[in-house]
Amino acid sequence: MTAPFVADVLGPRGRRLTLIASVISGVLIVAALVVAYNRLSARGQLDASRWDPFTQWPVWRFLLLGLVTTVRVAMIAMAGAILVGALMALARLSRTRPLRWAGAAYVEFFRGVPLVLLVFFSYLGLPRYGVEISAFSALTLALIIYNGAVLGEIFRAGILSLDRGQSEAAYSLGMTYWQSMLLVIIPQAARRMVPAIVSQLVTLLKDTSLGAAIGFEELLRRARITGEFFINPLQALVVAAAIYVVVNFTLSRVARRLELRQRRRYQAGKIAVAGIEDLAVLQAQGPAEPVEAPRAVSA
Amino acid sequence: MDVITGNLDVYLQGMRRTAELSLSSFAMALVLGILVAAMRVSPVPPLRWAAATYVELVRNTPLLVLMFLFVFGFPSLGFTYSFYTSAIVVLTAYTGTFVAETVRSGINAVAKGQVEAARSIGLTFPGLLRIVVMPQALRTVVAPLGGIFIALLKNSSLAVVIAVPELTAAADRVGTASARFIPAYLGAAAAYLMLTIPSGVAVGWLERKVAIKR
Repeated sequence: MTAPFVADVLGPRGRRLTLIASVISGVLIVAALVVAYNRLSARGQLDASRWDPFTQWPVWRFLLLGLVTTVRVAMIAMAGAILVGALMALARLSRTRPLRWAGAAYVEFFRGVPLVLLVFFSYLGLPRYGVEISAFSALTLALIIYNGAVLGEIFRAGILSLDRGQSEAAYSLGMTYWQSMLLVIIPQAARRMVPAIVSQLVTLLKDTSLGAAIGFEELLRRARITGEFFINPLQALVVAAAIYVVVNFTLSRVARRLELRQRRRYQAGKIAVAGIEDLAVLQAQGPAEPVEAPRAVSA
Repeated sequence: MDVITGNLDVYLQGMRRTAELSLSSFAMALVLGILVAAMRVSPVPPLRWAAATYVELVRNTPLLVLMFLFVFGFPSLGFTYSFYTSAIVVLTAYTGTFVAETVRSGINAVAKGQVEAARSIGLTFPGLLRIVVMPQALRTVVAPLGGIFIALLKNSSLAVVIAVPELTAAADRVGTASARFIPAYLGAAAAYLMLTIPSGVAVGWLERKVAIKR
């Protein structure tokens, strides 16, 4: 997206060097592709028989229904996580100390713990305590708990990114805390958080693949089943990966676009947050002022 | 509580494995990411395209899909590695994309005058990147890189799926053996926090030490 920073006009020597480097690297890349191709065909991985299943509608139907399940889990989990996140953000910003502590404890704890641990706990652990839980509910529950913590941090940053003058003005009009929150602060903060929420959705969508680890039939699990059935694990997983890439790439583009619009609109695009890794990436952007995002670190 | 204290060695073993996995993957991801970032800002088109393709493909694929591809798909190409090695390779490839994007934004944050000055004294692209731009870029992205390391610590838990005996596997083992899942998993959660929180503090220290505030 960004032009290379050395997009200076090159002199004759620079152009010559660039041309030489282009030719050499181009040849090397083509050579690598040829080696990969030969390896694939020598092992019979390019045989039509291996790819044939993916020309049949029933196989695609099977996989696409898996994608539907993936998207459904992601949507439900996102809705739940937004709710939990909003509550946590409000708790952390509240004027009651115990509530603040509770919110902070929740966010710091669940953000610092791997999602797999939560998924395993809800699927393997809860039944031991008499809670009957399906793989679907276990996965969704874990996703809600984890993303609730992440979003809680995002929401808090979004609210804090608003100018203090907004709440001061609201108070000076005689509004109460909740009136200023609901009528002044949250509507503005929510708008700023849209791109962050969309990027978090990408992370969440990727994380639904953890369902495959507990035998939940989402896209990845179904790709594994396909691969075992047709004895073409490589091809099945490549197809699944391609589907994920298409969906996530599109979503990332949307998020990126929303964020750029946001930055233009509010000049300082202060709240740029996403999944922990994306968060780190975004944190580094915006050279002039460091992005005021919650640290991905429990500090 | 006795579930945790009684199995302390299992947890410590798991913690060591998790730390090993994360540190070795991060070291390699750092090198990979810096190289890819350099490719992405280079004036050489094929390198830019190759780097961009790698980043977009790998970053948008779930880590577990990559892991399965490597462990179940690649053997049909004649590549078979131990689970531990596979986990390190996959974590490196995945984390490398995030490092690359972070370093690239660090590079973009370096003042243009620096580049112009470097060019005016006759440095070519590799020299300019290595001597002038990269040192400054890396120092601006210490905190985000720390965030990536902490995410990696947590992502390494996915290795449990391919039977690497790290921390999450330890929780699973203790939980199954004792049939008391809450303490068993709380123990692992505490162990993860014992890894992530000090890492956060260390990153903060490092940042104060080297970071350039812009």
